Amino acid sequence: MTEKAEPPTRNISTFLLAMILMILVLAVAALYVGVQTYGNNPKDATAISLMMIGFIGLALTAYMMLQTKRKPLRVPFEIPQVVTTILCQKCGFKNVRDFQRGDYVFKETELCPKCNEKMMIASIYREVSEKEK
Amino acid sequence: MLMIPQISQGLLGGNDILGWILQVAFLGFFVIFMFYGQRFQTSIMLREVESHLRRLKLIRDEGRKLAIETIKEIGKPPEDPAERVDQFLEYIAIPPESMDPSGIVWKLEHLLDVQDVRFKDDVKLMAPQADETQRNNLENVLVWAVDLNIIYKVIRHFYLLGKKTLSLYVIMQVQMVLPLIMREAEALASAVKACAMGQPIGDGAGALVAAKLMHGHNVRKIAKDIVAATVPLEGRIAHVLKSEGPGGTVGKPGDGISQIIKETKGKIAAIVMIDAAGKLEGEKLGDVAEGVGAAIGGPGVDQYKIEESVLKYKIPVNAVIIKEDIGDAVSPMRKEIFDAADTAIQRIKRLILERTKEGDAVIIAGIGNTIGIGQ
Repeated sequence: MTEKAEPPTRNISTFLLAMILMILVLAVAALYVGVQTYGNNPKDATAISLMMIGFIGLALTAYMMLQTKRKPLRVPFEIPQVVTTILCQKCGFKNVRDFQRGDYVFKETELCPKCNEKMMIASIYREVSEKEK
Repeated sequence: MLMIPQISQGLLGGNDILGWILQVAFLGFFVIFMFYGQRFQTSIMLREVESHLRRLKLIRDEGRKLAIETIKEIGKPPEDPAERVDQFLEYIAIPPESMDPSGIVWKLEHLLDVQDVRFKDDVKLMAPQADETQRNNLENVLVWAVDLNIIYKVIRHFYLLGKKTLSLYVIMQVQMVLPLIMREAEALASAVKACAMGQPIGDGAGALVAAKLMHGHNVRKIAKDIVAATVPLEGRIAHVLKSEGPGGTVGKPGDGISQIIKETKGKIAAIVMIDAAGKLEGEKLGDVAEGVGAAIGGPGVDQYKIEESVLKYKIPVNAVIIKEDIGDAVSPMRKEIFDAADTAIQRIKRLILERTKEGDAVIIAGIGNTIGIGQ
């Protein structure tokens, strides 16, 4: 390109990092209080709710960290398999092969191995698997 | 229900210091979200746009690389074409002023003609060893690479504008349309690859139908990049026309149809136009549908010319469309579309049997990019 565009930054924003850190601290604190309360009185429901909050906080932090992780970029130019069908107009002999540069529909190609007549490209298409659909 | 006071007690803390910290933190969270919630949402949206932008850049760069590689391989230029390709990617076309719309079609046609000549000259300079078919294909590669560059730059513009202004509404606009734009960019990426190889694309469905009908008959050139053949069909005289293949071009079917109408002094019983048309989600790929009207896309110049010509002689225009989405239209032709050409031919035959009399003259126009399709 003539303009030298700066690629978009991949760094995590400070704001987001502060948020993650704050949630992490709160989650650890809630877990700590929860465990302590549970130690003092195992029947206290507050301990369980605090521990639950702690675990949710930890899970949220882990999720946010995973989201900020770089994702590998898929190569956009996948080469689809395109097939060329060459047909003999006289005897109906058919040859199916991969597309080659220079192929086009109705192009006359090599001689038919059966009847020695000129064959013709009858079709060029790509087949898509059910999964791709 | 029994848990609620205990949970709230837990949330608000007891008398210990950690409880107080928790209490203040939760209150802090509430206040932060009250004032900065929108900003938080904005930054999440910006991140999403950013990740798509990164992918768009990759697609754009791959398109450019592929264009340069193909030019080097086919055109054998004496010098590196990279700089020329970069200049080409920044190409702009300024549309005619439309304050006084009278005559705008001809102004637009002139602009498109100038653009076409310019593109062809540029490609000739970039790839001196390429033949006409290869040059047409290279032109398609470059045009689609230009489109990819434009998409990338527009999205980057909104991304940077949103980042600069931190306006939720600027970012929201682009974030909402991004899934559709990404689909289009991916489709264009396939188109660049298909054109570099010279493979037929889905948009060529109409041209394929015409090619099947005219194959084996005498073909003559009747307009710019348009060929026609006179074919006996179901007891009628069919003037079949399509863009001249196998190079990537759509030609000027408007001029072709007008020329045949002029040659026959308007004695045409019906016109049948076949084209690929956008399918709605849920519709089957390769379905064939019929209707009336000029089945042709593009900037509208050809449609205008056809409509003007048929109006003069009151010729009925029928449309046969082969359904496909944007991704299939510009990527290598799928089997379903290839097979749909035979279904379309059956529909055309039935249509002319029902709508015209024996011995009548009809025009059958296969519209679309004829890349990889001869005649």
